[in-house]
Amino acid sequence: MFRFIARRLLEMIPVLFIISAATFFMVHAAPGGPFSREKKVSPEILKQLNAFYGLDKPLLQQYGNYIWKAVRHGDLGPSTKYANWSVNELIGASFPVSLELGCWALLVALILGLGAGIVASLRPNTASDYIPMSLAMAGICLPTFVLGPLLIGLFALGLHWYNALGWDFASDRVLPALTLGIFYAAYIARLTRGGMLEILNQDFIRTARAKGASPWRIVTKHALKGGLLPVVSFLGPAVAGLLTGSFVVETIFQVPGLGKFFVTSAFNRDYTMVMGTVIFYATLIISLNLVVDVVQVWLNPKLRFE
Amino acid sequence: MPPLLQVENLHTSFHTRHGIVRAVHDVSFDLEKGETLGIVGESGSGKSVTCYSIMRLIPQPPGRIEKGRAMFGGVDLLSCSEEQLRKIRGKRISMIFQDPMTSLNPYLKVEDQLIEPLLIHEEISHAAAVKRGIEMLDAVGVPASAERIKQYPHQFSGGMRQRVMIAMALITKPDLLIADEPTTALDVTVQAQILDLIKKMQKELGMAVILISHDLGVVSGFCDRVNVMYAGRVVESGTMHDLFQRTKHPYTRALHKSRPVFQPKGTELYTIPGMPPDVSKQIVGCPFAPRCEFAVDYCTREPVLLKEVEPKHTTACLRVQKEGLKL
Repeated sequence: MFRFIARRLLEMIPVLFIISAATFFMVHAAPGGPFSREKKVSPEILKQLNAFYGLDKPLLQQYGNYIWKAVRHGDLGPSTKYANWSVNELIGASFPVSLELGCWALLVALILGLGAGIVASLRPNTASDYIPMSLAMAGICLPTFVLGPLLIGLFALGLHWYNALGWDFASDRVLPALTLGIFYAAYIARLTRGGMLEILNQDFIRTARAKGASPWRIVTKHALKGGLLPVVSFLGPAVAGLLTGSFVVETIFQVPGLGKFFVTSAFNRDYTMVMGTVIFYATLIISLNLVVDVVQVWLNPKLRFE
Repeated sequence: MPPLLQVENLHTSFHTRHGIVRAVHDVSFDLEKGETLGIVGESGSGKSVTCYSIMRLIPQPPGRIEKGRAMFGGVDLLSCSEEQLRKIRGKRISMIFQDPMTSLNPYLKVEDQLIEPLLIHEEISHAAAVKRGIEMLDAVGVPASAERIKQYPHQFSGGMRQRVMIAMALITKPDLLIADEPTTALDVTVQAQILDLIKKMQKELGMAVILISHDLGVVSGFCDRVNVMYAGRVVESGTMHDLFQRTKHPYTRALHKSRPVFQPKGTELYTIPGMPPDVSKQIVGCPFAPRCEFAVDYCTREPVLLKEVEPKHTTACLRVQKEGLKL
């Protein structure tokens, strides 16, 4: 087990290298630069700016310098867009917000998704299956930019339960978390139902019934472990997506999270910020996939010996 | 004193898209305490469905128990509440299944599964239950039981898994063990060991056993009494000696004749001509009549009932009942 984790951690290094190189050369290949939008930048100032950020050096050397600083000091460089802010500071300031929103959304996704999926799997092809599953289908089909305004219209403008936007009060977490979580909840519900149905039709469930196990015991003790395997595989990338924030949801609800930087930094040709967010996101995804693999081995004893 | 289990007029059907499949049609039998009953028949004859119906383990829907009673200790298993039934399942009636590869939960340690009936049905500490689990594994011949109990099912061979199944079924000392083709999925060499083991455990615990099998050879050395099933009905019932020496139904006779042991080497094996009837259609008269060499015109017309023609020996053959036909 320890060797497995160590090997996977070592494998992260080349992957991150490839991702960083591809991103670096792609953003630099895109037309324009970080200062090309600003008005009336004289050639002298532009030259000085480029010199300050090291943009006048050959591309390969820039990449080398960037990687060296990143590996040596964990320093992702200064933002070329937000003066006096380093990329580390920007991520450090906005990620906790995305993390909090992501955790609430994950909670929504797990509670709604697992609940609906399990209920549906217990009586397949009856109303208690069709109703949650058609809701889940709707949840998958509704994009966040539709669901968000719908929820605002209903709960903020209509019922006045929550603020329409902002991130100042505890109650401001509800609508963004629902908007972000419902899509994942819908997906988890379908995966849970499928996984549980497959397990519940196995011979060993009949054995458990023959032993006199109650339905509750059959679900919790005999079926959940195997039935949740597909959900666990999905959760790795899902959690990474949830925790790093969503551009759409953060924009709709004006949440000061990390998600908006994914899009704006690319528009601004904020080279270092693009690199920073990509590397951060990639590291998170790879780590969470590793966690998923470990959890899967724990759930499925057969994998332990392979 | 009433019998341990009294099954009366059991009807079970499956409501499928292609019509109603009458898997079990009017099956009745008694089982005394400590008795061994064999149920034989070919695939689809309803022998397993009979037993799953008694335990209410058939998937509902599409399965449905249409009629009948199964009295066990003063309780009708077919109509009692789920809660009442759960107190009997695994405690007073246990089951072992055909395929030990799929009947054990691959995600749980053998220990957790083996002692589960104790944890469900008895007031017992976990440690004490594990102790009894280890004793039980010893009794069914699993070597190094104290270490093996910590392992997962996939670390066991097929024969060893069936031993675990037996240990699990018997750990609560049930009054009745239902064994659904317990040796079919096993190697021939292991089959005899497993049957011997069931016999040995039966002697020790004094329980009754229902053995389902399609193999007359397996049943012959094992059972006090045998029900022969065909198309969801019991066609003949009696002691092993009755069935072999004083056969009273042409189907039983044809089954004997099909056994390779009784045929001279080099000759073509005897098979029963035709196919079993489609039980999704109503059957009038004797279901075996179209394949029966003794059938006469009234066999396909008149209603068939199981009748006692000798003490404790019943047959559904109309000609035997009416004319005393010698087979």
